[in-house]
Formats: sequence, C-alpha cells, structure tokens
Amino acid sequence: MLIRKPADIPSSEITPPEVWRARRTFIQGAALGVGAAALAPLGAVASTYPRPGEDEPLTPREFVTGYNNFYEFGTDKGDPAAHAHRLRTRPWSVVVDGECARPGEISIEDMLSGFDQQERIYRLRCVEAWAMVIPWVGFPLGELLARFEPTSRARYVAFETLFDPEQMPGQRRQVLDWPYREGLRIDEAMHPLTLLATGLYGETLPNQNGAPLRLVVPWKYGFKSIKSIVRIRFTAEQPPATWNRMQPDEYGFYANVNPAVDHPRWSQKSHRMIGDGWLAKRRETLPFNGYAEEVAGLYAGMDLRRFY
Amino acid sequence: MAGRDWVVWAKPGVFLLCLLPLALTLAQGLGGGLALGANPVETLLHRSGLWTLRMLLLTLALTPLSRALGRPWPIRLRRMLGLFAFFYGMLHLLVYLWLDRALDWPVIVEDLTERPYIIVGMVALVLMSVLALTSTRGWQRRLRRNWKRLHRAVYLIGVLGVLHFLWLVKADLREPLIYAVILGVLLALRLPWGRWRRAWVQSAPAVARRSVSSSR
Ligand code: HEM
Repeated sequence: MLIRKPADIPSSEITPPEVWRARRTFIQGAALGVGAAALAPLGAVASTYPRPGEDEPLTPREFVTGYNNFYEFGTDKGDPAAHAHRLRTRPWSVVVDGECARPGEISIEDMLSGFDQQERIYRLRCVEAWAMVIPWVGFPLGELLARFEPTSRARYVAFETLFDPEQMPGQRRQVLDWPYREGLRIDEAMHPLTLLATGLYGETLPNQNGAPLRLVVPWKYGFKSIKSIVRIRFTAEQPPATWNRMQPDEYGFYANVNPAVDHPRWSQKSHRMIGDGWLAKRRETLPFNGYAEEVAGLYAGMDLRRFY
Repeated sequence: MAGRDWVVWAKPGVFLLCLLPLALTLAQGLGGGLALGANPVETLLHRSGLWTLRMLLLTLALTPLSRALGRPWPIRLRRMLGLFAFFYGMLHLLVYLWLDRALDWPVIVEDLTERPYIIVGMVALVLMSVLALTSTRGWQRRLRRNWKRLHRAVYLIGVLGVLHFLWLVKADLREPLIYAVILGVLLALRLPWGRWRRAWVQSAPAVARRSVSSSR
C-alpha cells in the first residue's frame, strides 16, 4: 500500500510505532473477519494522521453502526440502523455552487475514483457527552473544494442533507427544520483534518452513518458532521445551521469541543466512551477534542466562550 | 368478603410484577454482552427514570379506577405502587450518582444547583421521600387530617416528573408529551366535575330559556 504523508503534518505526529502495532492487531483482527477484507473494498491507504491514544481502542463496529443520531430516520439511537435501508445511495451526486469559478455537480463514483481514499482514525465527540473512536475512510474536503475554485468572496461553506421523506421517514415529522444544514468557515473546511467520509472500518459507509458521503470534523461536536450530503455551497455570509438556528443558546455555529463551555443542560467537562461498559469511569474531554495542536490556530484571538 | 381475600392474595403477585423491570435489567446487565446497548449507563438511567414515572402514574390511576369500578380494591394497592415509584426513583438517583457521575461531587453539586431539569427532578424526589416516610399507618394516625393534605403533594410530584422529562429531551417532545397527557387526564379526573355539572344544570334552565328566546 502506498502511504502518503501530507506535507503540512509535522513528523512528530506521524503514527508512533506502538500505534502501528495496535493497528496491525486491528488489521489481523480484520483478516479474521472483523472488518472483512481490511481496507480493500475502498482501496484506502492507512493515514499518517495522529489517532487517539492507546487507551482509546476502536469502538466496536456494531456500536458505531448501531448507536446513531441521524434524526432523518428517527430520534431514537436505534432508529437509523432500523430504517436507513430505505435510503438509496446510487445514483448520488453532489451539487457544488455559490462563490466559485467552476460550479458543477460531481457523482459519488467520481469522488471515489478521483480522490485517494485514506483511513483516518478519529475520536468523535457527540454534544450529548459521549464519544467513539472510528476508523473512517475518506478524503480531505479541501481537495474536493479546490476543484471548484472558490473565489475570494467564499468565506464560508454550506452543506445540505438530502430531503426526501420517502427515503428518510423521520423527515415526515417536523422534529428539525428540514433539510438538515450545516456550515463551516472556509479555513475550517480547507483544514487537512476535515474529512469527507465515504466509509468506515474499511468498508463502504453504512447508510445509518450518513452514506454515501458525510462530513467529519473531529474537533467539533458530532452534529457539525453533516450526513448524506447532496449540496455544498460557497457563501460570503455565515450560512444557517440547523441546531444552531433551533436553539442558539445550546448549539453554537462553531460548536468546537470545549470542556470550558457547558451545554446549558449538561456538563461538557467529561464524556463517556461508547464501549467502555457500565462500570467504567467517564473520560476527561479535551479542548478541540484533543486536536488543539492542529486546529487551535484557526481561532487565535477569538473568545471561544462567546463563539461556542 | 371475597374481594378482600382476593386482594390479599393478589398483593404478592403485584409486588413481583413491579419488580420485573428491575429483574429483567439486572439479568441483562449481569449477563454481560450487549443487552443493555452501546451506552449501558444511559440505558439504566433512562429505564429507571421511566419506571419511576410509570409507577407514579399507575399509582395516580388507582383512585379514579376505584371510583369507576365502584370498588375499593384498587385503593388497597395504592401504597405499594407509590412505594415502588419511590423505589425506582431511588434507583434512578443511584444510577445517576454512582454510575453516571461516578460520585464526582463537584460536578453533582453543579448539576443539582444549575440545571433546571435536575433541580425539578430533585425536588420531586425529595417530596417522594417525605411521602414514602410518612406512608405508614403510624404516621397516618399521627398526622390525621394533615396526612391527606400532605399526600396531595403527589400531584405536584407528577407535574415535576413530567417537567423533568420535557426539559431533558433535545428535540423530540413526543414521548414526554404522552406522559404529560396521561398525567393531565389522571389529574382532570379528580376535579369535582359532578359538583360543577350539578351547579351548571341548576343554572342551565334560565340560560337555555334566554338563549332560545333570543335566537327565535
Ligand atoms: C435527584 C433527582 C433526579 C436526578 C438527578 C435525575 C437525573 C436524570 C438524568 C441525568 C436523566 C438523563 C438525562 C439525559 O439523558 O439527558 C434523567 C432522565 C429521566 N428521569 Fe430523572 N432524575 C431525577 C429524578 C427523577 C424523578 C423523580 C423522575 C420521575 C418522576 C424522573 C424521571 C426521569 C425520566 C422519565 C427520564 C427520561 C427517560 C428517557 O429519556 O427515556 N427523574 N434523570
């Protein structure tokens, strides 16, 4: 396999040997049938990005695919796994337009063949104070965005989930203001950690995890990582984001993981790691979900208590 | 006579039935594996909270049921169900303090003082403790007429329990609203409808006469 080393990642962050050993154990496990044919189906190469620590093993696949917040299929954590089979992920394409020189549409096949798929093991921290460690497969969002040549007016990027109550029965009730929308500042969107995921555990993304294409922004609360994307737009103004619009005092536009800013209804200082079991201790939540070294610079000089 | 014997015989059965949610959960938890789901602590917290509220609503249903049937036996199960509501409430608190918060007192104090939904739950549980403590015959005798007054707090406990539930959900209010409607019906059944109707019937002829004459 070809191992790519992105130029802007300091060598200190290249996966240390003990992690490699852990991963080899994982791949051996995969060979035994855990993750099927390892990374083969998507042809993903292992990432050189930092992964969560040794004490944070991969969250078992059945939890990653069985405990989901994806209100398009229902508000219970088990609803997405039960109902997402209704979603048709082919044909699928994403419209990219707005403040860019070459607006257009790109199919999921072109994305899978046109961008090197990499594995990225990220910690996902939900705003509900639980977390998982997930081996995503995907490619940096920035690579896709560059193709459409954003202009200097493009200061934000807006995303939209499919709206089709036939396929997404949860949309028949007005629990959220459909379609689900999210947004990033352009520098956040272009950051090398920001991923468009097409798979997990070496396989095509299961529907309940946001197939065929979802965002993964590991230093932000999970609701920013919008699923089943059909539209991406470059905008000059900050675009609307669903949860932020609904309850602005509870869900900020930035939504960076921040133990110092509590959700009004619960503390964000710690979280429960899914898979830890019921006698395990909660874990300490880190600023930017542990990715501060990579991304804190994006927010230099900003009051993160105000822009939560 | 027969009714009395029947209740005496049925009580242990109802008792065991009320323990069933706990027994099933313990079996799932101790059996290991994934029976309690990806987030077992959340499952235990939610289940114990739900059973507290369910037992409370069942307790509140017994008086109207007794009236509807014209029989006293539901009343005789009332104390037991009320105490089970308290019991599940204590389990709920235990899960919260020990499993969810790992006895991290600074965080717990912050929760208990700053988060409205927790405060409301705590007030409900404190009231439930008072009612549980004074649920014995001795206290009934000692408090006399005040006992009845004191135990009307159960209506407030119901309202606080539903409020706690409504305030803790993120977006989908459907489930807590179902409990709110049930509570609303159970409380509405206690309003003195009979007296109101009699009062209305007595005053109605005059009103009816007037409206008839004005519309013709
Ligand atoms: C000191 C007292 C109490 C504390 C600290 C407490 C705490 C909690 C917490 C932390 C949750 C989970 C919240 C979440 O998942 O976001 C919860 C859920 C719940 N609690 Fe309580 N609670 C208390 C008293 C009560 C009482 C007295 C009742 C019933 C009358 C009750 C009924 C519920 C219900 C129905 C749920 C939600 C279950 C679900 O979502 O399925 N709680 N409580």
